[in-house]
Amino acid sequence: MNRGTAPALLHPIESLGRVSLDIVESLGRFGLFLGQAGAWTFVPPFKVGQLLQRIHFIGFRSLSVIVLTGAFTGMVLGLQVFLTLERFGSEAFLGPAVALSLIRELGPVLAALMVTGRAGSALTAEIGIMRITEQIDALTVMALNPMRYLIVPIIVAGLITFPLMTAMFDVVGIFGGYLVGVRLLGLSEGTYFGEMRTFVDMADIMTGFWKSLSFGVIVTWVCAYKGYYTGHGAEGVSRATTQAVVLSSVLILVWDYFLGSVLP
Amino acid sequence: MIRVENLHKAFGAQRVLQGVSLEVLSGEIMIVIGRSGGGKSVFLKHLLGLLHPDAGRIWVDGVELTQLRGRALDQVRERYGVVFQGGALFDSMTVFDNVAFPLREKTTLSAQEIAARTEEKLAQVGLTGMGHKYPEEISGGMRKRVAIARALVTEPEIVFFDEPTTGLDPVLVNAIHHLILDLHRKFRFTAVMVSHEIPEIFQIAHRVAMLHEGVIVETGDPQAIQGSANPVVQQFIRGEIEGPIRAT
Repeated sequence: MNRGTAPALLHPIESLGRVSLDIVESLGRFGLFLGQAGAWTFVPPFKVGQLLQRIHFIGFRSLSVIVLTGAFTGMVLGLQVFLTLERFGSEAFLGPAVALSLIRELGPVLAALMVTGRAGSALTAEIGIMRITEQIDALTVMALNPMRYLIVPIIVAGLITFPLMTAMFDVVGIFGGYLVGVRLLGLSEGTYFGEMRTFVDMADIMTGFWKSLSFGVIVTWVCAYKGYYTGHGAEGVSRATTQAVVLSSVLILVWDYFLGSVLP
Repeated sequence: MIRVENLHKAFGAQRVLQGVSLEVLSGEIMIVIGRSGGGKSVFLKHLLGLLHPDAGRIWVDGVELTQLRGRALDQVRERYGVVFQGGALFDSMTVFDNVAFPLREKTTLSAQEIAARTEEKLAQVGLTGMGHKYPEEISGGMRKRVAIARALVTEPEIVFFDEPTTGLDPVLVNAIHHLILDLHRKFRFTAVMVSHEIPEIFQIAHRVAMLHEGVIVETGDPQAIQGSANPVVQQFIRGEIEGPIRAT
């Protein structure tokens, strides 16, 4: 047998093996990252100042984009659902239709996507720059665990802010639906809100809450991880930021489907 | 004392360290010289516990660093001060906050004591009154001095300098070297510096080690290194193109 051809024939298999190992290693590191952050969350001293800064950055500074997108989502829903229900003479159900769509699905998903675009990308870039400029190494050699100092406050802030941002999105969206349905298209205010009280129950609100809570973990986990393990130089940070936004967005939609199937 | 024994490290097929052995005595300034990309910073990262060797061992005052993880490793690091190549200053903090940061995070000193020690350290590196500025608002030379102040503010026993003068003009290179020498005379720390600032480093080093192709090829005091018969050392310190070191 020609000694030269065997290695050449093995190249595709070797490459496949290497890619598979890389994927397994990345997934392991990805999972370990969240596991370590989870473990450090409960180890004092707690970085309260860092946590408040992150809540301000992820939550408060995303308020305007949440209010804006929430209002227009509610208005579009109000208009489209009203026009559809009108065909069946069921305009009275506009309130519950808007509220249920927002509370169960659109609120958690769109709020998470908006916060990913505004805050998640910035978090990845910030941590990535800290990595390439050796600021994370500086924390490590000061015997300050970067996981505890940097990552835990981000993930905890995600857990706190995402449900609040979602609630804000829902409330503003319902009000947007009210503006179009009641003020513009003439549905009575009592019907809009009265039917909503009848059809929306606590289980619907809890579904939205659990979704937003899990999206909070997913977005902060992915964005922090991508920044923490960023590649070299400005290009590495740029790539990490793009990957963080794309992966977070895809995971939000995939996880939304799974939770939607499991939760009542 | 720091003792490094037969340190090996490879990144994929690239063998960066191929058996580095070195001793750094307490209180001395040891400068590791060698070509850019020759593994000096990788070697330093092993001493800091940021990289784990493929083989070989490192002892810091009898404690085997290469066996330590977590809290035990942090206990050794608490004796360290590190000046990174680019300074590694926290860009979201002012100069004052950068220098005060290790004291705030690692000590129980009061705010007044921290402020006093921070101002004192800024004064020692010639940056009095610059505390309110952000790293991006000051020059490269100033950033290096802030990094030195931050590394020394906890009065560490061992200070590591990763090319602290790279990218500075010759006047600033000398100024930083003299600052390190002055601070060393005051605080008597053990210093490990990686640099390729020839011949300036001969003015401040107690001993010099040359790292070439993954091994230490020569160690000695500045006079011994300058008079070395090793052609690699001679070519490097004279900056000659012809010789055993290939200019690639």
